[in-house]
Amino acid sequence: MTLDILQMVLVTVLAAATPLILAGIGELLVERSGVLNLGVEGMMIFGAAVGFAVAMQTGSTLLGALGGAGAGLLLSALFGILTVGLAANQVASGLSLTILGLGLSGLVGASYVGMKRDPAPHLSIPGLTDLPGIGKLLFGQDAFVYLAVGLVAAVWWFLWRTRTGLILRAIGDDHVATHALGLQVRKVRFLSVLFGGACAGLGGAYLSLAYTPFWAPGMTAGRGWIALALVVFASWKPVRVAAGALLFGGATVLQLHAQAAGLGLPGQLLSAVPYLATILALVLLSLGQRHGGSLAPAALGRVFTPSR
Amino acid sequence: MRLDLVPRTRRSSLLNLLSPALAFVAAVLIGGIAVAALGVSPVQAFVTYFVMPLSEIWSLQEIALKAAPLALIATGLAFCYRANLWNIGAEGQFVVGGLAGGWVGIATHGAEGMAIWILPVMLIAGTMAGAAYALIPAVLKVRLGVSEILTSLMLVYVAQLLLDYMVRGPLRDPAGFNFPQSVGFDPAARLPYLMEGETLHMGVLIALLAVVLATIVLSRTLFGFEVRLVGASPRAARFAGFSDARLTLAAFAISGGAAGLAGIAEVAGRIGQLQPEISPGYGFTAIIVTFLGRLSPPGILLAAIVIALTTIGGEGAQIDLRLPLDLTRAFQGLLLGLVLGADVIARYHVRIVPGGPSSRAVP
Repeated sequence: MTLDILQMVLVTVLAAATPLILAGIGELLVERSGVLNLGVEGMMIFGAAVGFAVAMQTGSTLLGALGGAGAGLLLSALFGILTVGLAANQVASGLSLTILGLGLSGLVGASYVGMKRDPAPHLSIPGLTDLPGIGKLLFGQDAFVYLAVGLVAAVWWFLWRTRTGLILRAIGDDHVATHALGLQVRKVRFLSVLFGGACAGLGGAYLSLAYTPFWAPGMTAGRGWIALALVVFASWKPVRVAAGALLFGGATVLQLHAQAAGLGLPGQLLSAVPYLATILALVLLSLGQRHGGSLAPAALGRVFTPSR
Repeated sequence: MRLDLVPRTRRSSLLNLLSPALAFVAAVLIGGIAVAALGVSPVQAFVTYFVMPLSEIWSLQEIALKAAPLALIATGLAFCYRANLWNIGAEGQFVVGGLAGGWVGIATHGAEGMAIWILPVMLIAGTMAGAAYALIPAVLKVRLGVSEILTSLMLVYVAQLLLDYMVRGPLRDPAGFNFPQSVGFDPAARLPYLMEGETLHMGVLIALLAVVLATIVLSRTLFGFEVRLVGASPRAARFAGFSDARLTLAAFAISGGAAGLAGIAEVAGRIGQLQPEISPGYGFTAIIVTFLGRLSPPGILLAAIVIALTTIGGEGAQIDLRLPLDLTRAFQGLLLGLVLGADVIARYHVRIVPGGPSSRAVP
């Protein structure tokens, strides 16, 4: 019995962590290539709006998810043109992307406010899903969750076990030297940015198609920013992004339960927990790293124009 | 095909002015296409957005009242962004400033005999609170190397929740039928109107004064030189003996103070009491204004007026043409992106070279 309660809690934690994992793992790859895209929040919310709109129009969750990923990809392409192609300031371009994404999501989502649809279907394998204690957790999730876990493994394998992954990391550390070696800095970076955009859009689509599942303006509520913080918190390591996302998912669920239980604490204080926890996590991380120096990709956020 | 960017050895002032103007034209054209896609005549929308607000006294005042907080916040942000410091939490500093100043107004409600002091104390409290709130990410950056981008942004959410709590809890009007709002401020706690019977208040003058002051500080003082030098060449600044830490703290305090002052000016000016929400996103829109104004105070003033114009025009378009308000936000985001992209022509010779990959190993 208690095992089932524990499993229920873990299932909700995993659900709260999934959008953070999706957006975070995408941004991790982007930052590993040396580009800082602060537009995650905008790409996520645009993905949530487009994903829901497509799913409502076609009746297909799969097409909705693809639509969400496509929406994030589209916005990230704009960002890529600005920062990788035209050497614009990455911080400012990322902020413009966030504002643009928030506006566009409102435009797309306006006619879908208040509508509801069934959440994305959960896996169900007779026998396995009913296993006590672990069945629902391991074999009863929706496709987004499995995809998120798969993406973490795939990005880890790509970055540390393939030649292209090595090139990507090298470009993120020194774009001048890698350019001199004849590597295609701008191409690799642009493709990374697109990957990050698709992941963020997918994370947004998860919110509107599986997590809530409806569209509401501003529904990402800073998750894109938390995903950005997670990448720092994880020291740019894929598995740690997943672990960090689970921690934050746990904090979110804990806060929801505390609000429901009515501990006498103001609801606003509990709502502030994820944001305060983010700051605290960043502080603790840098306290722990005082002697080791920064683990960030060395060229992160720096403008690159190829020499001739 | 390949895009080559060759840095210009000296920047032309003509291109510096031309590139944001070009970006604006491009944004208006793209916006026109979007409006047409929504089934509204682009010409009519253009008139509603950019011409009608300029045709009436009340809407001109509305533009000034919207432009004032934007210009004030953005002027402060220019100090940060010039020095490559990324305070993106001005919205939170605005809210905290409004809350702290408003608290003074509520605490002195109905008090007698010290009426002249109330307003100045409110303005100072708001400014100090905004500066103190901005110093949190600054200190964390200087002491621990924590990214100021993320902490300043996270503190926006915290500030909004704090205001929400205070207005629904300790600062709620006891005689207000449980509405989440404070008592209305006394006349002594309100910014005076500039003209009898109109809406324009003193906050507009405060913003203008800040723009003038910032122009002088940035162009005529050692501190202003330091800010510009650190932004242009951090290494040179270090050799010159300028302290990174001191500059970081100062720039954050200035931008936070400006945002806090804008917050209390809004609360003591237009609103006249504390509410759960006191800002329609001024702190974020001000980021657009800062870059649109090319990080210089006079440019920021112009940009604030343009953005305020589109905001008021957007409200008009919502009523007259049923165009959603989000269109304005999307337009502003697009405009910022285009301004940043257009900057490339001011900074580089752009050459499109046919054929060949984008990188070559030729020095």
